[in-house]
Amino acid sequence: MKKIEAIIRPENLDGIRIALQEKGIIGMTVSEVQGRGRQKGVCLQWRAGEYCIEFLEKLKLDMIVDDKDVEPAIAAITQVAKTGRNGDGKIFIYPVEDVVRVSTGERGKEAI
Amino acid sequence: MGLKIPKMRFKHIFLAVILLAVLTNGAFAAEEPKIDTGDTAWVLISTALVMLMIPAVGLFYGGMVRKKNALSTIMFSFAILALISVQWVLFGYSLAFGHDVAGVIGNLDWIGLNGVGQAPNADYAATIPSMAFMMFQAMFAVITVVLITGAFVERIKFSAFLVFSFLWATLVYDPVAHWVWGAGGWLRNMGTLDFAGGIVVHVSAGVSAVAIALVIGARKGFGKHTMEPHSIPLTVIGAMLLWFGWFGFNGGSAVASGGLAVNAFVVTNTGGAAAALTWMLLSWYHKKPSVLGTATGGIVGLAAVTPASGFVTPLAAIVIGSVAAVISYYAMLFRMKRNIDESLDVWACHGIGGAWGAIATGIFATTLVNPAGANGLLYGNSGLLVTQIIAVAVTWIYAFAVTFILAKVIDVTIGLRVGEEEEAVGLDVSQHAEKAYS
Amino acid sequence: MKKIEAIIRPEALDAVREALEEKGIVGMTVTEVQGRGRQKGVCLQWRAGEYCVEFLPKIRIDMIVDDGFVEPAIEAIISVAKTGKSGDGKIFIYPVEEVVRISTGERGEQAI
Repeated sequence: MKKIEAIIRPENLDGIRIALQEKGIIGMTVSEVQGRGRQKGVCLQWRAGEYCIEFLEKLKLDMIVDDKDVEPAIAAITQVAKTGRNGDGKIFIYPVEDVVRVSTGERGKEAI
Repeated sequence: MGLKIPKMRFKHIFLAVILLAVLTNGAFAAEEPKIDTGDTAWVLISTALVMLMIPAVGLFYGGMVRKKNALSTIMFSFAILALISVQWVLFGYSLAFGHDVAGVIGNLDWIGLNGVGQAPNADYAATIPSMAFMMFQAMFAVITVVLITGAFVERIKFSAFLVFSFLWATLVYDPVAHWVWGAGGWLRNMGTLDFAGGIVVHVSAGVSAVAIALVIGARKGFGKHTMEPHSIPLTVIGAMLLWFGWFGFNGGSAVASGGLAVNAFVVTNTGGAAAALTWMLLSWYHKKPSVLGTATGGIVGLAAVTPASGFVTPLAAIVIGSVAAVISYYAMLFRMKRNIDESLDVWACHGIGGAWGAIATGIFATTLVNPAGANGLLYGNSGLLVTQIIAVAVTWIYAFAVTFILAKVIDVTIGLRVGEEEEAVGLDVSQHAEKAYS
Repeated sequence: MKKIEAIIRPEALDAVREALEEKGIVGMTVTEVQGRGRQKGVCLQWRAGEYCVEFLPKIRIDMIVDDGFVEPAIEAIISVAKTGKSGDGKIFIYPVEEVVRISTGERGEQAI
């Protein structure tokens, strides 16, 4: 089992959700986060002059999947989220040791 | 028949009451000026309008600070409303408008509003009860102190803030109000024109803001880290409510309901509008049409047109407002460049806006608008301009000096500033044990 | 590659960001979280009386770095976020299996 963590542009959420659903990945957690990377921050206006924000608004998707679903998930996310410009986001893959479904007590793959 | 007797009795009593009323009314009329119900109604409504400006400043400022200081910033205006309302009734009104002592201060004859009753006082407003005038002026005293709070948001100790506000109203506002508006006040005798407080309210607050900002010092991280306004919608709501209340602030300063009040009403709206438009264009020229900038411009224009509103024409108001926006915009940039953390630009908005407005009154005033006023430079009288400049300069120096000393004294005695950790978690939790949003 | 997850005081964010930047770590994701640990909650006032909040506002910073950056990053964070009192936060390190940069499709260390 792996954890897939994708940082995406907020406007791509629905497209990605649908693309993942087509690959059979339904469960996920969405958080509003702020991020910075190659894409620069943005400068906004104060009453006179301006101030700059170093972090931009992004969404983070967390999902725990079976090993075999990792590459399809990466493909689905990339296919929707890729514009080729800085700021498209990143995908991180982590190992997961165990999963428990709270409602039933199921463990491991059963609980995904 | 048994019913008819009481009917007759009522008729007689009724006639007797009317007769009595006519007689007594006539007797009073011979001794005192007559109260005008229309004037009284307008001044009471204006008083309520100005009262609304007080929480409006709280919202206006509250939106520009960080989330962790939103409540504390709004609390400043509420606390001052309560504090200075009491100060005003106890002795503030007497100091500002009481019987003159050497042109510089009122005496304490009217302490606790002793002698300030339902009869008019012809020195200030001949057709309304003097209590109505007192209450209208109370709101001016409150809002002036409230304006200064923009200078020290996010770092002042609440106890020090209360002491400062109380003493500032007593040592700066009351004397300056007396000089300019009090019967016998030396600037008033010199011929200074300040219709609704460009000098008394805006210059005194704006200059004092710089003085206390210099004493209290910059917020931690100022100039280094981003301090993002947490809710511009809150600020815009505040600006709109201020604009609304300003009709009472300036229109009510006619202390009568008539042509002059209407002129002030029109000029006020026009000056604010011209400045908002100018500021919007300025921000557009530099980047994009800014919402925060447009709201700020409106307030600057309203402040600038305040001293002039009872003396100038609507066309003059367009010039006054537009110029105010330009000067204030660059004053704000200048303040930032100097790295002075006068946090919400009370000086750039009110100090500069009010000073320009008072000087502009010396240029654009005309007796065609207000026969009780004077002509300005454009109408062939250069003397008024000189008078106005002197009044602004004197207020500038006095307010700065007294506020600076007052702030220093509070700083070395009880301390102006919260501790570093209290500042870091924000004043909402550290000073009030409350949170704005949860 | 490792994931560094740091829970810090909100007011330390700007300084932490700068300290990390000096070590060459630019990309990160910031999330507003609520946490509890040794630092107790705080009691706030109701109109009369009070209520206690058990969780305090904290900031979580997530960053994925090359193994060699882990210790410098920890040092940088501690150097500015440490006050010595309870509530300074914690730093967690996790293994990361894969990273994908969405805009280019790059993988692994190239994508950090």
